Amino acid sequence: MGAIVESLHVDFALARRNFDVELSFDLDHGLMAIAGPSGSGKTTLLRTIAGLERPMRGRIGFRDESWFDSERRIDLPPEKRRVGMVFQDFALFPHLSVRDNVAFGGTDRADEMLERMRLRDLQHERPVSLSGGERQRVALARALATDPLVLLLDEPMASLDPALRNEVRAELRDLLGGVAIPTLLVTHDFEDAAALAETIAVMADGKLLQVGTPSELVAAPRDGFVASLTGANVIKGRARAAGDGLSRVDLEGGHRVYSTDAAEGEVDVVVYPWDVAVSVELAEGSTLNHITAPIDSSVVFGNRTRVRLGPVVAELTSASSERLGLEKGMTAIASFKATATRLIPR
Amino acid sequence: MRWFQLLLIIACAVVVAFLLLPLVALFLRVSPGDLIAALGSGVALDALIVTLKTSAIAHLLILGFGTPAAYLLATKRWRGHSATVALIELPLVLPPVVAGIALLSVFGRLGLLGETMDVLGISISFTQAAVVLAVVFVASPFFVRQAIVAFEGVDTGLLEAARTLRASPWRVFSRVALPLAARGLATGSALAFVRGLGEFGATIIFAGSFRGVTQTLPLAIYGELDQDFEAAIAISVLLVLISAALLTAIRWVPSWNPFTLTSR
Repeated sequence: MGAIVESLHVDFALARRNFDVELSFDLDHGLMAIAGPSGSGKTTLLRTIAGLERPMRGRIGFRDESWFDSERRIDLPPEKRRVGMVFQDFALFPHLSVRDNVAFGGTDRADEMLERMRLRDLQHERPVSLSGGERQRVALARALATDPLVLLLDEPMASLDPALRNEVRAELRDLLGGVAIPTLLVTHDFEDAAALAETIAVMADGKLLQVGTPSELVAAPRDGFVASLTGANVIKGRARAAGDGLSRVDLEGGHRVYSTDAAEGEVDVVVYPWDVAVSVELAEGSTLNHITAPIDSSVVFGNRTRVRLGPVVAELTSASSERLGLEKGMTAIASFKATATRLIPR
Repeated sequence: MRWFQLLLIIACAVVVAFLLLPLVALFLRVSPGDLIAALGSGVALDALIVTLKTSAIAHLLILGFGTPAAYLLATKRWRGHSATVALIELPLVLPPVVAGIALLSVFGRLGLLGETMDVLGISISFTQAAVVLAVVFVASPFFVRQAIVAFEGVDTGLLEAARTLRASPWRVFSRVALPLAARGLATGSALAFVRGLGEFGATIIFAGSFRGVTQTLPLAIYGELDQDFEAAIAISVLLVLISAALLTAIRWVPSWNPFTLTSR
């Protein structure tokens, strides 16, 4: 360990119906998540690395090994690439037992993997009788049993029961923690990406927009798209200097807010839901921005409640929401500080 | 809409009765004792042996060439793909007698390849090899067509998953595609086999009807018709029993319905 740098090299272009997928990055050891909306080319990226999709040009390889090189006319088939892939629907073989699924690509490590993924008691079951989380573990064990150089996971959380999401996510993080090879995970859910990966690359229309740690992306999103993917409210507006180091922004839809960011002209106003407080009566305080509007919706996620009023979504504890008696239709006030209001020029 | 329901039921009853009645009549004409006695007769036994031998060889040829051909047609697309499939299916709609003439014009003494084969000392027409070729020609589309559908029904994602698990194309085929298509393949196989057992028109033209050599069960029925009607009926019943048994046996082949694997 130490001196050797494990590195996946990706640099290719591939035509899709509406746009070209053009990506270039290196992945050393560790886990990177690619986050982006569906249809942004995330799955295409994984399929191209695995050899299931053929790019127009570029180079894909691992260390000094070339898997695809358009100039040198190299295009190794998937079975020669040593890529472990976990498919979105897991693609388990229905006619084989858990054990035979795991041993399909590598008999030698099957026992070790069954043990590591806690599947020993299930090894004689057929995939049909497994839960979503168990299927995910079989898919992971099967991919890792081939002793791959890189691990690719396509929307590992997407086909799981939302009720078990948190539990399975914690379990997956646990299991991926033990994986020593470079791992690439794609997801449309920023929360999943942030929970599982130390680095997130945001992707849209086949291009990488911004790469950073989850907190970097939240603190300094490059544009409104990245901000909204990270879960922020993104509201269009027009900014001008208002003195005292403040900018005044007239929002589309008539409200007016202030920000400590300097900006002039068309901007995206970015506010995170957890920075927005909701009250019924206007209280005197240091908070500068207040939007008074009827509540459009109020949705409970366990101990958190998301309230949408006017152009903003606020996230508060379900207890506070109940205490205030917030419900659809009643008028309330969303308040947030000028210091928590980011302006990104458009 | 009551009258419409009634109409459907009546139509269905007519269809079933019409298809079943001749079969019932067949069975009413022979007792099990007669059946065994008739089969003891030389003609029937010779025909049974010829039929089983030629059908078995023909079926091996159909499965051996038809399965890989169907896999290719199901998993790859190329210019002229659908034309190829249409050509393969052509014998389905061809009158068997025409098939017999067509085979004669290729392999017959005066046929396309006849002269060449004559030089090599090979003669096919009116031999057991001719029976095999006739059966293959007429029955193979039943298998290949069904096999294409069966392979197309296998989830592409599973084949791709197998490849990322470092399986060679052969291994993807033998460990994933073949077992998952098993039910459809078995159905096609049985259909083709049964069609081959009953082959008449192409065989009588291309292979003739020589007892113990090219006289299969259907040809024997035709041959016995004006000599020993009871024997003809007994052989017919035998064919019905074999066919019915095969069609029933298919149901025992496991089916891997993709819809049983949705996430819960």
